[in-house]
Amino acid sequence: MGNSTSNTLAFVDDFDATRPGLPGADLSWLKDIREAGIERFSDLGLPTPKLEDWKYTRLRPLEDTVYQPITEEDGMAVIDHVPSLLPDPGGRPRLVFVNGRMRPSFWIVGDLPDGVHLEYLRDVLMHTPEWAEAHIGRLHGDAEGQSLVALNTAMMDSGFVLRVDAGVKVEQPLEVVFIGGLTDHPVAYFPRNLIVLGEGAEATVVKHYVGMGVGAYFANTVTEIDIGEGARLNHYKVQAETLDATHLSTTHVHVAKDATYEYFNLSIGGRLSRNEVSVRLEGEGAHAGLNGAYLMRGSEHCDNTTMIEHLAPHTTCREIFKGVLDDQSRAVFQGRIIVRKEAQGTDGHQLCKTLLLSTGAEIDVKPELEIYADDVKCSHGATTGQIDETALFYLRSRGIPEALARNLLVQSFLGEALDEISNEEVRLAFTDKVLHWLPAACFLSEEWRDV
Amino acid sequence: MVATTKTVEQVQELADDKYKYGFVTDIESETAPKGLNEDTVRFISAKKNEPEWLLEWRLKAFRHWLTMSEPKWSKVTFPPIDYQASYYYSAPKGTDDGPKSLDEIDPELLKTYEKLGIPLKEQEFLSGVAVDAVFDSVSVATTFKVKLEEVGVIFCPISEALEKCPDLVKKYLGTVVPYTDNKHATLNSAVFTDGSFVYIPPGVRCPMELSTYFRINAKETGQFERTLIIADKDSYVSYLEGCTAPMRDENQLHAAVVELIALDDAEIKYSTVQNWYPGDENGKGGIYNFVTKRGACRGRNSKISWTQVETGSAITWKYPSCILQGDNSVGEFYSIAITNNCQQADTGTKMIHLGRNTTSKIISKGISAGRANQTYRGLVKMSPKAEGARNFTQCDSLLIGDQCGAHTVPYIESKNKTAIVEHEATTSTISEDQLFYLRQRGIPAEAAVALVVNGFCREVLQQLPMEFAVEAQKLVGISLEGSVG
Repeated sequence: MGNSTSNTLAFVDDFDATRPGLPGADLSWLKDIREAGIERFSDLGLPTPKLEDWKYTRLRPLEDTVYQPITEEDGMAVIDHVPSLLPDPGGRPRLVFVNGRMRPSFWIVGDLPDGVHLEYLRDVLMHTPEWAEAHIGRLHGDAEGQSLVALNTAMMDSGFVLRVDAGVKVEQPLEVVFIGGLTDHPVAYFPRNLIVLGEGAEATVVKHYVGMGVGAYFANTVTEIDIGEGARLNHYKVQAETLDATHLSTTHVHVAKDATYEYFNLSIGGRLSRNEVSVRLEGEGAHAGLNGAYLMRGSEHCDNTTMIEHLAPHTTCREIFKGVLDDQSRAVFQGRIIVRKEAQGTDGHQLCKTLLLSTGAEIDVKPELEIYADDVKCSHGATTGQIDETALFYLRSRGIPEALARNLLVQSFLGEALDEISNEEVRLAFTDKVLHWLPAACFLSEEWRDV
Repeated sequence: MVATTKTVEQVQELADDKYKYGFVTDIESETAPKGLNEDTVRFISAKKNEPEWLLEWRLKAFRHWLTMSEPKWSKVTFPPIDYQASYYYSAPKGTDDGPKSLDEIDPELLKTYEKLGIPLKEQEFLSGVAVDAVFDSVSVATTFKVKLEEVGVIFCPISEALEKCPDLVKKYLGTVVPYTDNKHATLNSAVFTDGSFVYIPPGVRCPMELSTYFRINAKETGQFERTLIIADKDSYVSYLEGCTAPMRDENQLHAAVVELIALDDAEIKYSTVQNWYPGDENGKGGIYNFVTKRGACRGRNSKISWTQVETGSAITWKYPSCILQGDNSVGEFYSIAITNNCQQADTGTKMIHLGRNTTSKIISKGISAGRANQTYRGLVKMSPKAEGARNFTQCDSLLIGDQCGAHTVPYIESKNKTAIVEHEATTSTISEDQLFYLRQRGIPAEAAVALVVNGFCREVLQQLPMEFAVEAQKLVGISLEGSVG
């Protein structure tokens, strides 16, 4: 292994010392998969741009910073409020993690119907270890070959579990807040989340990754999702980490017959972030909607990598990603759609559009279609460019100040992606986040905000 | 659906007997000893009476080649190539002194060209195309020399150019595709045997289309030709290239390099119809077509346009590219790729925008049938200095049958906010609605498929020069014969 990965390998060297403190230390099956994970990670090392999938993203922060595994003490950092994404968290179910550690004191159990279980992973390992054994590492298939997943498997120290029994529908969004940045030294943590929906179940999960302090941290998240027949999961995520944070997230989703997976990722903060989502449409009539928006400034770098694999007939997907890049920021979009031989009648559409607001910004796009069936309709489109000068002129000729006109144009540009969020409450909350990100938001009067 | 099932069957029927260019010409040829080492390189260089600097350049390339590994990122699979099992130089005997006129050429050879549809004698009077025919490794005849010399155009085998205008060759050779570029191009730099050289002087519009016909004839030979075209200020040239090879069981390697240089206000139009032997229906034999083609728009307002019709070869690995250095320069890429049976093609283009207001356009049409796999792989890169640059890309794939694959892998890298990149790609099968519409107008299913495929390719076919358009349309027919009537 080269020197470039020596920093994070500190974990690997310290693994024996760290292990006893990790949740589920007394479970032998967990011990086994942790060991297998650390071995695979040692073999593979951190991904480098030499790998085709990592061509545009180099994990520089992991090379130049030494991170320590999180301690219980770090998890006790004082916070005065929980930055909930949704207004009035009143009786709304909510889990909170601080510096990668669960904070039961902020836990709102809320008013959940029977058959819905939203718990901390640590509790699940303690109370229903057999359920955890049957699900952890079972959903991501051959993803064990991914070194970041292997690292997470070895080190997993937090995370949540959502189980919804067959036929149960949860109307209100369930929120999970991950607060980072409140340590005085660089730390690393490894949440592992599991979402399992029974037949015909429905749920909406909002994950809010938010940096509150200024500390450097490395979050390596893995989420495994299994959506049963005819079920529906709305999975929304906001990644608003600090300017020193590295956020690497891998999500693996299985979608059964006639089930629907809706995903939206809003990236608005983080020194380096990568959100990798891989969806397997396994049953006839399964549908995936993968959407996102990325708003970057400064020297932030964000990477959205998606893969949708059509494995059954008449499966459909729709993908819209939109981005706005300012200053010297850089964004990467890699979207791959694979249509296997069995997946006749597939319908797939993908679109990625990026606005560059500054000369120093950079966008790298790699949409990919890999098609082995003939009765298909697949397309992708990608554009990059700047704000349309004629549209700007039109607005200004109507007396709208330039800064406001630019904001309006950016907002409407992003609107096409935000419109894909089917949950209205979440859509409004995300739109609000976008408005706050826009430069010179003070020009926007209240009435403009509601547009 | 009836028509589709039929189509699939018919496509599968398409066996090697459709490859009408699969004849071998029985000519004695002189070859270098089998295998590849520094002596082979020296042998080739000595055979060609090359100047010292070129031998040194070849040797540098060869030594660098030894350190390189095969490019692995493309979506093609083949067993490792045994570079020692090929001949690197094969010349029809009796050409040592070079043919003085067409009358001196071996009549067997001329017959070969007649079968290919380029009767050298006739065309001088009829078609008005100047042809440089490369047979295995050596240029055998170049027609229309006199007429071209009148306007100052140099069009000759590159070996002859080394004697006639060594300074031009030395100045430009390897400046677009350096000898370190990639393993195949580096091999070519070490062992290239011949190829065409074109120089269009300032202000000259080349009075006729220039054309080269490549053919691999001898067994176990690789063909490594190198083409260098320089369009000086305010000049124009249209260049055509065609390729065929006989049917053989073993795979033969074709690793060519093409370098184009366009200076201020110059325009080069480069058209290729590639119909190397694709192997039989089980994927046995066929040419490995690993080609590096690149053009540099060095001057202001210069333009390079690539048009290709790729129907042959067992494996195609080819990315004709444009480096748009000059302000306002234009790059174009029009491509039709047809793969059938077990053919594999990984092809596309690179448009590197460096200058201001540079524009590029990519139109790619892929048709995949049988058990073939085809990939469009392209890069559009906007550098920080490419103010106001623009690109438009359209790639469409058509799948015929459920055993084939069609893949699209575009790379877009933009570092300039004023640059606009637009990319669109679609993959589909021939729509039943279209077929139904045509059939209910009394058009038989086969003819209907033919119409749809022709319409699908039309945008690209229109770009071909007249002489080639006819051949290309025929080739599209041959490659998909049965399915397109």
